[in-house]
Order: sequence, then structure tokens, then C-alpha cells
Amino acid sequence: MLILEPRATTPRWLTVLTPVMAVIATMIAGGILFAILGKNPVEAIRIIFLDPLLDPYSRTEILVKAAPLILIAIGLSLGFRAGVWNIGAEGQFILGALAGGATGLAFYPVEGIWLLPLMTVAGALGGFLWAMIPAILKIRFGANEILVSLMLVYVAILLLSALVSGPLRDPDGFNFPESRQFHNAASLPILIEGSRVHAGVLVALGAVIAAYVILQRHMLGFRIKLTGQAPRAARFAGVSQNVIIAICLGISGALAGMAGLFEASGPVGQLVPALPAGYGFTAIIVAFLGRLHPVGILLAGLVMALTYIGGETAQLMLRIPSAAISVFQGMLLFFLLAVDVLTGFRLRWVGRTSA
Amino acid sequence: MTALLSIRELTKSYPGVLANDAVSFGLAPGEIHALLGENGAGKSTLVKMIYGLVRPDSGRMMLDGEAFTPANPQAARAAGVAMVFQHFSLFEAMSVAENIALGMANAPGRRDLSERIRTISTAYGLPLDPERMVGTLSVGERQRVEIVRCLLQNPRILIMDEPTSVLTPQEVEILFGTLRRLSEEGVAILYISHKLEEIRSLCSAATILRGGRVVDTCTPSQKSARELAEMMIGSALAQPPERPETTGEPMLTLTGLNMATEDHFGISLKDITLTVLAGEVIGIAGVAGNGQDELLLALSGETKSAPGQIMLGETDIGALGPNQRRNLGLLAAPEERLGHAAAPDMSLTENALLSGATRERLAWQGFIKPVTTANFARAIIARFDVRTPGPETAAKALSGGNLQKFLMGREILQRPRVLVVNQPTWGVDAHAAATIRAALVQLAADGAGVIVISQDLDELMEVSNRFAVLNMGALSDPQPVGEVSVEKIGLMMGGVHGEVADAHP
Repeated sequence: MLILEPRATTPRWLTVLTPVMAVIATMIAGGILFAILGKNPVEAIRIIFLDPLLDPYSRTEILVKAAPLILIAIGLSLGFRAGVWNIGAEGQFILGALAGGATGLAFYPVEGIWLLPLMTVAGALGGFLWAMIPAILKIRFGANEILVSLMLVYVAILLLSALVSGPLRDPDGFNFPESRQFHNAASLPILIEGSRVHAGVLVALGAVIAAYVILQRHMLGFRIKLTGQAPRAARFAGVSQNVIIAICLGISGALAGMAGLFEASGPVGQLVPALPAGYGFTAIIVAFLGRLHPVGILLAGLVMALTYIGGETAQLMLRIPSAAISVFQGMLLFFLLAVDVLTGFRLRWVGRTSA
Repeated sequence: MTALLSIRELTKSYPGVLANDAVSFGLAPGEIHALLGENGAGKSTLVKMIYGLVRPDSGRMMLDGEAFTPANPQAARAAGVAMVFQHFSLFEAMSVAENIALGMANAPGRRDLSERIRTISTAYGLPLDPERMVGTLSVGERQRVEIVRCLLQNPRILIMDEPTSVLTPQEVEILFGTLRRLSEEGVAILYISHKLEEIRSLCSAATILRGGRVVDTCTPSQKSARELAEMMIGSALAQPPERPETTGEPMLTLTGLNMATEDHFGISLKDITLTVLAGEVIGIAGVAGNGQDELLLALSGETKSAPGQIMLGETDIGALGPNQRRNLGLLAAPEERLGHAAAPDMSLTENALLSGATRERLAWQGFIKPVTTANFARAIIARFDVRTPGPETAAKALSGGNLQKFLMGREILQRPRVLVVNQPTWGVDAHAAATIRAALVQLAADGAGVIVISQDLDELMEVSNRFAVLNMGALSDPQPVGEVSVEKIGLMMGGVHGEVADAHP
């Protein structure tokens, strides 16, 4: 019979290998799923995983999709390391877009290079404050941050709808529930001519580097890791758990808020009810697929963006339903959690001797 | 005498270690047989094989002349082997009878079982109330539950793993009475302990293990404790330095320290008054669970106290956190190594940073200085002879003794003005324990004030200048060590167990 026995130490190669195994398992199971839908599985997998890499425009689109995923996932990973479970990045994303976007709209049509930085700060602040609600409730009353942050996502979605149908509605927009298009100074500059790659990509890269430095070289990162691994030892080391809760939720909220603003003032160009595209939730998968490590998250964000782009192409070319693509991404997390068992345990075959 | 249990060439290896290497010995009916050895000598593996928890790689066991290969503890129990573990497996929120029923294959009815518990526990001098909640029992009483649970199975072999580490001297005497009586009835007892004096008075034979092999056998009463220790570790023990009488400056003053516990089964500290002088070691004895953990937390700064109750020199530190206290020179080493004093999955370097960051200036503007930190870890490893491949090793990969040397070294090398340690040598081999005690005494000799909280009276007698007892969260007046006898201390600790139980709220 096959048994699981705990490992004393986890080899480093295994930590790196398990996400790759999860991707491969997803490809196989996804292929079976597509075959059941009557599509050619090999072609479907090729379209999703390979074709986007061969097409120059698709390559830039991967960066556009990966930037918000990475930015949010970096913030979430700090909290996850400390055992602070912010599941509401989607809501903080929306509040960031709202706060930053409203700032941009308020200054319409003033031009000036100061406007975008101001909008970015407002966006980060919006996400930060929205994340402070679960933080304060947890610190003050011990409320579960998973529940509170998740429920606030739905509040945020309704708030966005209400605002773009009311105060933020485009005065020349024939009563469509949308804001005005951001004017020039309020729009993110494009980095690569002829693509949608915007400055937010650089910010995401900066967040990866900053998170790496914090986790490897700074006391804050050490305290976050300590709180997650050994809470009593953290207390002995003088770490205040409440401060860690506030910092982790605050940073992840601010980064998600920034990602929201970048999405609004970049690829979308205005505030619309359909702005939240699930980045805040997908980023949770990205954070775990990247092993909560900044470099891992960078790679995982790119892989996840690839499945988005490839998935869209597959929808168009093979007429695979969009839900199948979501199932596909969900499977990735599912398989990751499954192979994760292997990092903590080893499989061993034992004879059927013991009762 | 024919052997009840005989063990031939038993071998068991784990990845990287040979835990038992061709171990052989015999156990006669009614014999109290000591298994003696340092941590990691292979005692636990050996008894786990006898109890069916671990299967040997090779070798044979014979019970009553027939092959004995227990596949699991149930099979071992059915064959008459019972074991009392060092760490109890009891549910605090259930009664004594319920806990005992849980471990039985086919438990009798509730009333019947309670009656049998009462009969057996009284007959063997270990009175127990079957209806009490385990959460309200002292450690000594919990051990009785485990023993009575074993006795209900009418065992022929009883294995006891470090049974006295949590008991007062009087409780130890009661336990020994029970064990001697079982022995007279023909039950063979396999007794694992570090406490050499106990083995000398109780056991009729001893098998000494070192590095997984049987290195010697002897009759313990014919050897001195020192000879036994040296057989166990294979070399001479470190001697603690001489302690001059001290009358130094007051370093730490506790005045009426009161603190309510946060834990449901914890103990509140009651009106603790104590002055620690420069150059002295104060020993604090007491049975586990009488406020030791709470006292350490109050001193380390993990729990805060009201103003004026804790003074470090002239500074009121009651409201300061752990790092502020470290900066002022008050350092602490908690009892629980993995999870409290150290983060198990982190490297020794990171664990050096854990308590050393502020006082050793291992970070600048929050940025960790990697070279300085690794050097600090290396200094601890070198100075305290920590056996490890290097400072990048995870804390949990070290043996208990080596990790404890590292954790003690981490605090001592920070040159504390006052150091508070809880159970500094718990579960640590004799060699490491001697090193740690010598370092604590040396620290005091160099002018620091040291508080040693311990349940090991011999240890306290060895290191302390003055001595006090913590009982139900209250601290007795400290007395010079030379003026108290072990019996008197035992009575201060709560004496025979009934008195403590009555005092329980």
C-alpha cells in the first residue's frame, strides 16, 4: 500500500519542481476536458500555451495581463507568509481604480505630469483604506479577515456600479453607466509602440524587486516570516501581531489598489462596471503557484497571463466556452495544492504486513 | 532466572543514522531494569520497537521463549506490554474515566470502569478521582492517569519513559513505591531516565546505550552517579566553577508582581516579590504548571505588567516590550525550544537574529546585516560547541541538547545584565547540561544576575546561590541554598499531591 510519510527536510529542487508538475498535470487534465468537449486536445493546449509566445503582439499582451496579477500577488504573498489571509484583493483593486480614477476625472481636462503620480497615490490609498476595514476588525474584535475581506469585494462591485451610474457618469455619455475617458495626462504612458504595454508593468517589476529585498534582507520580511512560521517565537522576538496584520493587509491593499488604477487608466481607459475582471482572485492562484516567492510570482504571473491570452484565442478559434478556461485556471490551483503534499511528505510503498 | 523478554541483535536504522545497532539484553520477571543513555543514544527507538510503534530492520525479540513481533501497540498491549510516555496523550476537557475508556479496546460500562479505576489506583497508592476533568489535574496526577490506564491491562512489562521529570520528591517516592510493589508482583519494568540517583536507588540492573549500541551493563547500586554518567557519555564531565558568596547591587527587583493568566488552564502570578543581586544565581523550583511559563513571559516582556512591579536597576520596565528590555540588558530563554525560543524551520543564523537583532545590532535601519548575523551565529556555535554542519542548518534539524546550547549561547553571548532561563537543561544530554550549567554560573560570576527556573532540584542545588519555590503562582521567600534540605524543598513545592489538589480553585 502507498503511504505518505513526513519529510524531515524538503529538497530545494522539489520546491521548484512542484509548480512545474502542477502546470503539466493541468495540461493533461485540461486536454481531457477539451477532448470531452469534442475539441482536439493537442491543438487546444498548443493554442493556449504555445501560440501566444510565437506572436509578437500576444507577447506584449501577456505583459499587460501579467502586470496586475503580479502586483496584487506580491502584496498578497507577504500576508500569506504571515498567516494573514487577504482574499479581498478584488475589492481593493476596485477601490483603487475608483479613488485614483476619480482623482483623474476631478482634474479633467487639466494637463500636467503631476497628475498620474497623484492618481497612483490616491489609488494606493483607496486600496489601503479598503483593506484597513478587515485589518481593524481583526485587530479590534478578532473578526476573520478571510470573510470580511471577501464580503467587501461585493460591496466594492456595487459601489463601482453606483458611482459610474451617478456622480462619475460621463456627462456626454448618453446615460451609459461609464465614466468619461481619461484625458491625456490621466492616462498611463505606453512603453512599447503599437502595444498596450504601460508603465504599470515597470511598477510590478519594481514591486517584485522590493518584495525580494524586504523578504531576504529586511527585518520586516523576517518578522513577517517569523509570525507565519512560529507565532510564539515572533512574540518572543518582540513582534506585535497586530502591527503585522495591519502592515500585511495595508501593503496588499495598496498594491491591489494601484493595480486597479493602472488597469483603469491604462488598457481600459475609463471607469466601467466591468472593470474588475477577477485579477484579485486569480492573483491568489499566482501567489501560491509562485510559492509566495517574489521571483516565483513573477514567473507564475506570466504563466497565468499566458493562459488568459491563449484561452481567449482558444475561445475564438475552437469555440471553447469561456467557462472552460476558468475551469482550466482553477485546475491549476487544485493540482498545485495536490502536488504540494509532496513537498511536505514523501510517498513510500510498504508491504501489506501491518494490520 | 529465565528471561521474560529477551532481545537479540535488534537493529534499526533511519535515513542517516543507525538508531539501534545489534542491541541485545534480557528482562526478567519482577526486574526493574534501567535503560541509560544520552539523548539520541537509541533508548526511545528501542522501547518503541518493544511497544510495536517501530519495526526493527533485523534481530529478534522473544517473549516467554516465543517470537514476539508486535505489529502495532494494540498487539503489544495484548501481549502484556504497557508504556507510559514522557508526554501524555490526554484530553484536558474530558474526565479521567473518559480518557481511560478512550484508550481501551473494549471499555467496560461507565460505572464499572470508575469503580475499577478507584480500586486499582487506591491499591497501588495512586489515588485518583475518575470523575475529575483532566484539565484540572496537576502534571503528577496526569501521570497517574497514564499509569492507571496501563495497570488496568494487567501488564507483565511496563515501560516508563522519563517518569519523574515532572514530579516533586514526595511524588517520586510514591511512584517508586508503586513500581517496587509491581515488581514484587512479578511485573518487569523497563525504566528510562537521566536521573542517576534515582536509577541507583530503584533499579536492579542497567543497560547503557551510547550511539545506538549497548556499551555496558551494570548493577546501578554498585556504581556512583558519577561513574554511571561517565559510562553514559564515555568521557569526564565538565565541572561547574566555584561560586564565591555574593552581595552585589540589586539588578532586578520584582515588587508585588501580579498578573492574570491569558490561558484557560494557565496560572495567575500572585504578588511575587524578589530581588536579584549582581553575581548571584537564583533558583526557582516548582512542579510544572505552577506559573513558571507565566513568570518567564512577564520577565521577557511578552506580557506587560502594571507600573512599579518590575524594576531593572532604576528603570521601571513593566510596560516595555521584549526588544526594549533586551536593549536595557534583561534577556530571557523560554522553556519550549521549538516554536517559542526558536523558529523550527528557520536557520540558526535567522534564529540568532530572532533575539539578537537589537542588542547585537544585527540590523541597520531595518536592513539585516547578513555577514554580522552569520558571524554572531558562528560565534555561538564555536563558543558553546554546538554540533551542526553550519549556521545555515534549520533549528529543527539539531538534537535537543545542541539546539539548547545554541539558544543559551545566543542569550549569554549578548552579555545580559540579567538573564532568566526556564528549564535550561530539559531533555538535554548530561554533557550539554553540564556545559550549560557551567556557563550560567560563569555568567553570574562575571557580574550578571541570573534566574534559573527548573524542575530539576539537583540542578538548582548545583547552580543556585539562593533558592525559592513557585507554587500556584506564588513565590516563597528565597533562602540560601546551603540552609535547605531536599525534603523541605519538596514540602515547599506542594508536597504530596493531595495538598496541591485541594488548593486548586
